[in-house]
Amino acid sequence: MKERIEICLSGSGGQGLILAGIILAEAAGIYDGKEAVQSQSYGPEARGGASRSEVVISNNTIDYPKVIKSDILLALTQTACDKYVKNLNKDGILVADSTLVTEVPNISNKIYLFPIAETAQKKFGTKLVTNIISLGIIVGLTEVVSQEAIKKAVCFRVPVKAKEVNEKALLLGFDIAKDLKTKK
Amino acid sequence: MNNLKKKKNIKLLQGNEACAEGALLAGVKFFAGYPITPSSEIAENMARKLPKIGGKFIQMEDEIASMAAVIGASIAGLKSLTATSGPGMCLKQENLGFAIINEIPCVVVNAQRGGPSTGLPTKPSQGDMMQARWGTHGDHPIIALAPSTVNEILTLTIKAFNFSEKYRTPVILLLDEVIAHMREKVEIPAPENIEVINRKKPTVPPEEYLPFKPDEDGVPPMANFGEGYRYHITGLIHNYKGLPTSNSQEIDAFIRRLHNKIQKNIKDIIIYEKYSLDDAKIALIAYGSVARAAERTVKLAREEGLKVGLLKLLTIWPFPFEEVNRLAQQVDLIIVPEMNLGQIVLEAERAAQGKCRVVPYGRVDGELINPIEILGKIWEEIRK
Amino acid sequence: MKTVINNYIREGMFPNIWCPGCGNGIVLGAIIRAIDDLNWDKDKIVAVSGIGCSSRITGYVDFCTMNTTHGRALPFATGIKMANPDLKVIVVMGDGDCSAIGGNHFIHAARRNIDLTAIIINNMIYGMTGGQYSPLTPTGKFGSTAPYGNIDQSFDLCELAIAAGASYVARGTVYNPRQSTSLIKNALDKKGFSVVEIISDCPVSYGKMNKMKSPVDMLKWIKDITVSKKVWEGLSPDEKKEKYAIGEFLSKDRPDYTELYEEIIKKAQERGGNK
Repeated sequence: MKERIEICLSGSGGQGLILAGIILAEAAGIYDGKEAVQSQSYGPEARGGASRSEVVISNNTIDYPKVIKSDILLALTQTACDKYVKNLNKDGILVADSTLVTEVPNISNKIYLFPIAETAQKKFGTKLVTNIISLGIIVGLTEVVSQEAIKKAVCFRVPVKAKEVNEKALLLGFDIAKDLKTKK
Repeated sequence: MNNLKKKKNIKLLQGNEACAEGALLAGVKFFAGYPITPSSEIAENMARKLPKIGGKFIQMEDEIASMAAVIGASIAGLKSLTATSGPGMCLKQENLGFAIINEIPCVVVNAQRGGPSTGLPTKPSQGDMMQARWGTHGDHPIIALAPSTVNEILTLTIKAFNFSEKYRTPVILLLDEVIAHMREKVEIPAPENIEVINRKKPTVPPEEYLPFKPDEDGVPPMANFGEGYRYHITGLIHNYKGLPTSNSQEIDAFIRRLHNKIQKNIKDIIIYEKYSLDDAKIALIAYGSVARAAERTVKLAREEGLKVGLLKLLTIWPFPFEEVNRLAQQVDLIIVPEMNLGQIVLEAERAAQGKCRVVPYGRVDGELINPIEILGKIWEEIRK
Repeated sequence: MKTVINNYIREGMFPNIWCPGCGNGIVLGAIIRAIDDLNWDKDKIVAVSGIGCSSRITGYVDFCTMNTTHGRALPFATGIKMANPDLKVIVVMGDGDCSAIGGNHFIHAARRNIDLTAIIINNMIYGMTGGQYSPLTPTGKFGSTAPYGNIDQSFDLCELAIAAGASYVARGTVYNPRQSTSLIKNALDKKGFSVVEIISDCPVSYGKMNKMKSPVDMLKWIKDITVSKKVWEGLSPDEKKEKYAIGEFLSKDRPDYTELYEEIIKKAQERGGNK
């Protein structure tokens, strides 16, 4: 794996992308013992509006803390996809919600599409776990952090009451990743 | 028993959280503030944590009142903190001056966002560097520190408190939205591994106490209100007794002493880091989150065979004049990338005294400067 | 002749900066007598003021004293009181200081009901800067910035304090120093935010511009425009416009802010942890 990996989680406010970024950074930094930085860009809205959470993971000290060219891009809205796909590395991968991102960009990258939010609603009765399923998919596809680490990080960051459902959502994400990989 | 194997306390902390942690380690017991993006998490952390240690938190009606309450609490004996951003920093200026003239220790955090005015509430800027220096009126000294990592936010917050107590002065901690909101791995030091400085107390009985008579180091010992030393504090220029004076000799001596107590101790106060400067022919001078872009630029430039180094400033005020002057004698070019259209570059130019070319590189669109564009600037200057 | 006053002043600071006939000295005397009656420890008293003639009072009294910035005395005092609730904190302000530039701090200190005593010397004018009108200058009166008469409606500071949540509210005058002393004493003794407005005279600025050239004229005027609370209640709305009620308007018990914060400390510590 590359020395420095840059991940961009994009969508709109309220989709839990900032929390997802924090969990990913915590998995890498605290539980996998690497270096990790999470940062974000957001508008004045608490809900809606563009939202972007960035995570940089490295085996060495991280100087520049932001994404220069993303290796992994998660897009949970069409607007976010259109905006951030331009900044995706040539050999980077795109994970997008197939219901929310209907116009899939015409790029040569590895693209993984799945109706994440819809599945969250169907399986768990809430779209709130869309972010955690997405993390499961990303980790399942890329091993950017270990599965053990992301499990611990999810449990540490989500409220006690929501622990079980989030753990299940994460595991579901791993399974989805397996399917997506075999389909390729 | 098991001291050697003590587990390190490593956490993923947000910059603002690290500031609160640093303040607690430094002994903060009072916070007064007013909500403002991107600094509010400092207040939220303080509201949660201060009462746990018997400290006090209060949300005041505005930033003017917050600054006043912080000074009041400090005079009554508690180490005090406030945090804000540009619009609030404007309001703090009035009583910041009061803290300076009365030599009241306190720490003021400015998590910089775009300005002027309401500007860019959720986006970073380094537009308040000169405000930190000259924001409050009158001829005054100030100490201002600018961390560039979450870890440095923690350590420099402790430093800020220590400087404020040691030199009896408010200290400004300049963050920017990027590092204030960024989360990063931080090793929280054990309290026994931290140097914590507390204000000097008077050693004379109350009847002999002259509250503004300096010791040899230029700093007068400070009695807290309620400890049996009754004295007067005024925003007017005052004599050793703390009473207003119109004696021109006393006025002159007072203002000079305020400046000198900082200026004489710049060796202690000025902190910076050097990256690849030994053989450098081109130097970048940067601070805050931009210093991290610059650090990356140095690596990229070296890969392209350019002898580039970085002087990362952690103390902004007083400005490291001597260090920059020495650097200007060594290199052919200094570039100062900053998220403004040229503030610290002016100081760098002054310090360089014409010994090398000093050029600004500014970005003011609310995005952090990236390493590639600084590299582009280097090539542009080389080709000139 | 040494009096009780001498036990509480910084004699080296006299003569004071106030003009002959100024009411500030009467208020200073009333404050000192009230404190003496309460027999408080001088080491535990903090007096805080803002900017203006009245604010010089803190320089003359032998406590821990602080002459702060214009309008900001209350938030400074709030910080002191929060940091050390054992201290008795007295805040002396002028009318412009308290109700114009410091108006926001005034209502919020009252809202919190923090245990401070605010004494407002109301001479209805900015005296130190030369007689500009203040938010307490009556409508129709003259000031250096109201050369054609003041069109502003003035605040009733006591009503404002009551509405904002103060625990104790009273008004006295420099014409009635004994009453003022006792009102101040009650205020000092009251837990919570207590307010005493003292109507005072500024013969040099207010008097000169409003046809009352001597201090005696001004004191007579103060006597004429004030009536007891009881009399005031019987006046018609039109008559009330011309008069000020004096006396005690409110004295109620409500938890003070520093006590409430002690409860917060308990709650936070019971919950434990460092999260």
